[in-house]
Amino acid sequence: MKPPSISTLLAASGAAAALFAAAQVHPQSAVDEIAKYRQQLQDGNPAELWEARGEGLWKQKRGPKNASLEQCNLGKGPGVVKGAYAELPRHFADADRVMDLETRLVHCMVTIQGMKPEDATKRTFGSGSNRSDIEALTAWITSESKGVVMNVALRHAKEKEAYKLGEKIFYFRGGPHDFACATCHGESGKRIRLQDLPNLTEKAGAQLGYTTWPAYRVSQGELRTFQWRLYDCFRQQRFPELIFGSEASIALTAFLARNANGAAFNAPAIKR
Amino acid sequence: MADPMRIRVAARDGMVNVRVLMSHEMETGQRKDGAGNLVPAHYIRNVTATHQGKTVLSAQWGPAVAKNPFLEFSFKGGQKGDKVVVTWEDNKGEKRSDEATIN
Repeated sequence: MKPPSISTLLAASGAAAALFAAAQVHPQSAVDEIAKYRQQLQDGNPAELWEARGEGLWKQKRGPKNASLEQCNLGKGPGVVKGAYAELPRHFADADRVMDLETRLVHCMVTIQGMKPEDATKRTFGSGSNRSDIEALTAWITSESKGVVMNVALRHAKEKEAYKLGEKIFYFRGGPHDFACATCHGESGKRIRLQDLPNLTEKAGAQLGYTTWPAYRVSQGELRTFQWRLYDCFRQQRFPELIFGSEASIALTAFLARNANGAAFNAPAIKR
Repeated sequence: MADPMRIRVAARDGMVNVRVLMSHEMETGQRKDGAGNLVPAHYIRNVTATHQGKTVLSAQWGPAVAKNPFLEFSFKGGQKGDKVVVTWEDNKGEKRSDEATIN
């Protein structure tokens, strides 16, 4: 075979150099690629399937009292769903405690539908065919706050108390790894594998973090609520299990939700 | 009974754009559960879309399609107000059919 001519070699290396230059001009970070991936999935977010089921569950007569949740007061009056999530957690006089959405739903299932608390919280996080009603209801109710500006008021003394407690938990170091939430979420530019972690101590990061939950997790094929987000953060920190609807979980939610004030709520979102 | 599909059908520049979100496990049959037993395959095999009774899309799927699949396609010749029907059938013989109106 005839050896390649000098000009062919030059042309080939020239092309390689051009490619290399193009790669240099357009650095494609993993962050950009993940953002692109999310954008492509946004249209046709399977969270809509949970939203549809949740709306049905809200209106359906269920439980021993055969009642729907339509009289449930999420803070803006009985049955008002629109924009309710943007003001939660808040203090509810009828229960005399601060509640987030998931806890409030359990409260309504117990008081309005007559379910036993252990039945209402039997499946807080779904898996495959073992679906969680709470995840579906949360998906629908939060979708009714899409575009609403976050406005957690902290008027009641107990709300302020919850915020303070949440702040304390956020910075509290413990567990076998001596971790705090702030270890991963207290500095900009941190990541876990290829996922960027929002800096929750800054306004922009706190807003981005809070307003994009609940979300459909593609890797799990499930819709996950904010209670799940905190539960799994605790697991990753090797903390004791965060109990669903516990004072600690609500306090941390109150702290993070309040810090997101001023941003438009934008969930259910989709995440890898 | 499977959950309903979410179907959006819109007329755009002389074409009809159809977007369908299906609720399905799409289990490959390759995974094992916590006890080490194979999780039986359960996935959509056939997808058909019809416009005024005429088939505009026919697809054969397999276990490689993701859970809760999203399908988008376009066809020519639809008018506003026409009905588009999407049907899937899985390997267990389960079926689901939903319709939407072009707007």
